[in-house]
Amino acid sequence: MKNIWILLTKYNDVFLFILFFGIAVWLVINNNDFQRASTLNSSNALIGKIYAESSRLTDYMKLDEANQELLAENAALRISLDKVLRRDTSTLQTVLDSLGNPRYAYISARVTNNSLRQKNNYITIDKGSADGIRKGMGVISPSGIVGIVLNVSPHFATIQSLLHSDSRISAALQESQAFGSLIWGDNYDSKKAILRDIPNHVEVRRGEAVVTSGYSLFPPGIQIGEVIATTEVGGESFKDISITLSTDFYNLQYVYVVVDNFVAEQQELEANTQPND
Amino acid sequence: MIRILFNNTVRFVVLVAMQVFLFKNIGYYNLITPYPYIFFLLLLPIGIPNLGLYLIAFLTGLTVDAFYDTLGVNAAASVMLVLTRIAFLRITLEAENHDKYATPMLGEVSLKWFLPYLLLTCFMHHLTLYILATFTFRQFHYTLFSTVFSCIFTVLIMLVFSLLMFRRKKR
Repeated sequence: MKNIWILLTKYNDVFLFILFFGIAVWLVINNNDFQRASTLNSSNALIGKIYAESSRLTDYMKLDEANQELLAENAALRISLDKVLRRDTSTLQTVLDSLGNPRYAYISARVTNNSLRQKNNYITIDKGSADGIRKGMGVISPSGIVGIVLNVSPHFATIQSLLHSDSRISAALQESQAFGSLIWGDNYDSKKAILRDIPNHVEVRRGEAVVTSGYSLFPPGIQIGEVIATTEVGGESFKDISITLSTDFYNLQYVYVVVDNFVAEQQELEANTQPND
Repeated sequence: MIRILFNNTVRFVVLVAMQVFLFKNIGYYNLITPYPYIFFLLLLPIGIPNLGLYLIAFLTGLTVDAFYDTLGVNAAASVMLVLTRIAFLRITLEAENHDKYATPMLGEVSLKWFLPYLLLTCFMHHLTLYILATFTFRQFHYTLFSTVFSCIFTVLIMLVFSLLMFRRKKR
């Protein structure tokens, strides 16, 4: 017993290292899981506050660009409103269900923290569960998609950015409607992403728009980016397509959280269906 | 004694604040990013008990992690850094007589000792950090590239810091 004590004190640096390193790695592994929430992150009240204050200062510098973007969006909305109002009634039912309830609602929020330069990037916004934001909702910006809500506290939420190695979003090519999954993968450029699992027979045009497919959290038809190159691998049945993202992650200031009013119903139905397939 | 505590507290606040507000946004894509907050851990006085060092490193790492949303990664890297620091000090300083609670800083120590100290500890910290952040050995050359170049970047920043502090001390 005495010898063990001597050994422990003599090499205490190594034993302490093993102890603390073990705790830290355990934290990493536990926190890696998408489903598991943790309290020590930027949706935490104190750190959220600090980030909100610091972004209040930096946002001022970007006001001009934010205004431009909002103006452009307003203009686009005005055009689509015009289309809806003057359209023949038989084609009006795209976002309404048969009872006339809108399927998607949007909550606007301000970005208080954003990162681009990590392997896995996260964004913090200044709205939380008190404003109706729940885990797993999609997040879009005026110019494209942003990510998925990861953690929620009463007044803040952390978003797993599209620029994250675990992010997968169902996306479709606008012309052929072929769909695959969009990943950022091992990429390191915040302006590019890869569209995977598009069958080889699908014709892809350079510059073709990529939009959300509507099979997951996002409403269909939201712009994601444009095709810049395709790689056709001989003998493979799928091709990888590189795209440029339309979302400007550098100047992200305002985002919309997409509330899907029927998501629970859809998931329940799909959960009941799958076992019998 | 109070002065040492005060100096270190100020260093902690300033370096962590600079890390999360300034250095987090600096880099070449996400391949090269500096982590100069480790300068605080490197300048902790010589002679703190090991348990104290590990605790300070772990908590500093956790603070940075909280801002980076990478719980545990910086904590683990900082703990690795402390192990390297202890080993380095034991090997190099055992023969020499050093004051208790002296700060290993330029002015107190020579550049010939200081530079390898920064490079080695920084390399171990960054290597741990990038391996844990990617959490895979796939594409290891990317990880190694990031480690080496981020390490050079961080060491350069830390040298600038130490030159700034060096001058103030002389006056």
